[in-house]
Amino acid sequence: MSKRIDVKDLNVYYGDFLAVEDVSINIEAKSVTAFIGPSGCGKSTFLRTLNRMHEVIPGARVEGEVLLDGDNLYGPGVDPVTVRSQIGMVFQRPNPFPTMSIRDNVLAGVKLNNKKISKGEADVLVERSLKGANLWNEVKDRLEKPGSGLSGGQQQRLCIARAIAVEPQVILMDEPCSALDPISTLAIEDLINELKDQYTVVIVTHNMQQAARVSDKTAFFNIAGTGKPGKLIEYGDTHTIFSNPVQKATEDYVSGRFG
Amino acid sequence: MTATSLTSTQGAGRTGDKVFSGAALAAGCLILAVLFGVALFLVVQAIPALTAPADKIQGGQGFFAYIWPIVIGTLIAAVIALVIATPVAIGVALFISHFAPRRLASGLGYVVDLLAAIPSVVYGAWGAAFLAKQISPAYGWLAENMGWLPIFQGPASTTGKTILTAGIVLAVMVLPIITSLSREIFLQTPKLHEEAALALGATRWEMIKMAVLPFGRPGIISAIMLGLGRALGETMAVALVLSSGALTASLIQSGNQTIAAEIALNFPEASGIKVSTLIAAGLVLFVITLAVNMIARWVITRHKEFSGAN
Repeated sequence: MSKRIDVKDLNVYYGDFLAVEDVSINIEAKSVTAFIGPSGCGKSTFLRTLNRMHEVIPGARVEGEVLLDGDNLYGPGVDPVTVRSQIGMVFQRPNPFPTMSIRDNVLAGVKLNNKKISKGEADVLVERSLKGANLWNEVKDRLEKPGSGLSGGQQQRLCIARAIAVEPQVILMDEPCSALDPISTLAIEDLINELKDQYTVVIVTHNMQQAARVSDKTAFFNIAGTGKPGKLIEYGDTHTIFSNPVQKATEDYVSGRFG
Repeated sequence: MTATSLTSTQGAGRTGDKVFSGAALAAGCLILAVLFGVALFLVVQAIPALTAPADKIQGGQGFFAYIWPIVIGTLIAAVIALVIATPVAIGVALFISHFAPRRLASGLGYVVDLLAAIPSVVYGAWGAAFLAKQISPAYGWLAENMGWLPIFQGPASTTGKTILTAGIVLAVMVLPIITSLSREIFLQTPKLHEEAALALGATRWEMIKMAVLPFGRPGIISAIMLGLGRALGETMAVALVLSSGALTASLIQSGNQTIAAEIALNFPEASGIKVSTLIAAGLVLFVITLAVNMIARWVITRHKEFSGAN
């Protein structure tokens, strides 16, 4: 239930502006890959191109290929809706649907595309997804209460439960802990460690310790200056990137000398 | 060191605060006073009609017998207007906020706002002189083919000046109100929620069902209530379009009357108890509008927990 992603020569544009230039990267199945780099270097933008969420922004487009187990996400006739149902996403700020109960939030993705699901199946799925997100014990007695009543960390885990309920191949996380306190952050990090048994996880983070803690591989993105495109500088095993990077820029960044 | 006392009496910076809070308080009180004054006027002036013997009231059957047909007529016209206008308005608002290319959206929004600026007498004239004639063949068809439904019972009006025509004209009039309010609400849907839906694999329409409409629900209800307020109280358009008469279930015969049009048509020549009767009718309209607004508020607060405000 997880697939690998191979990106070949990807350029991302906002209108005429080249935001990310010439990225090629191979992301292994059932692993955690972290994207690090200074603000504005295009790592979030690049992450969004992996499930075509960048298309929500007017004028955003890509050139190049993103292969999910060999199938090009940008091939002719590929529907972004199908892509997103296979490649889930968790956002910077927790965003459960405020008008839905906890239970309905988990089932939101499953009920899409007019899929019918019996109450019994739904109950099983809600429990499995919430357990998968380490949230079941905290919310099992209040499944009908609004999701917006939970704490920030719980809301973020609810969003993860919502994402894994549709059984995606890949889960993308865009700075999932940046709005959370350290304890909630730890809960999410533990969860990421468990998720990689079943899913391919890609995470963007500003927190280098976090990248070092949770990821198997790390990609360092950088930008030469304002108005210049972001580039993938170095990609390798997390251990190597943090202890013995090839590029000078990577070493400067991970050792805190800039950025 | 110069003494900087915490208890400085130099309140120069405070004058603005005081003036502003005073002005705000006065404005708030003024609204209440005006509302109370109007209500008081209506009640005092209506009492003679409410207490008069039945045979003194127009129709000779007492105030209740006089008022209830036109209450029903008012509600019929307003309901027709809302049934037609609400889906169209929400559709147009969604198109402007989420589907149309930006340039088309702003142009269309402008045109919709322009619709609200047309005086109601113009709508009335249009309804009476143009729409009624154009639409009467359709009434003939309805009477022939769907006459088994009480609301489409024949014989259809040949002039087309029916409560249904009045309702359609009202629908056109409330359309811009509901549209522009709904559009504003839809535009305020948090990007986060829209993206959450899209990232789950929602199509555009599913995203709207999942994020935009539930978020906008209280706003949509408020917009409909404002439209309803206008439809209930609209005088000129109804007075011009509707060929009024006794209460009838059929929407395509002439007949029925609304409170506002009844007051407007009869007030200039009224005197004595008749004036009081019309004012009492106005009081009834006031109470209906108040009740509708309170119900709407109740509907909105019932779902407060899930509104996203917390």
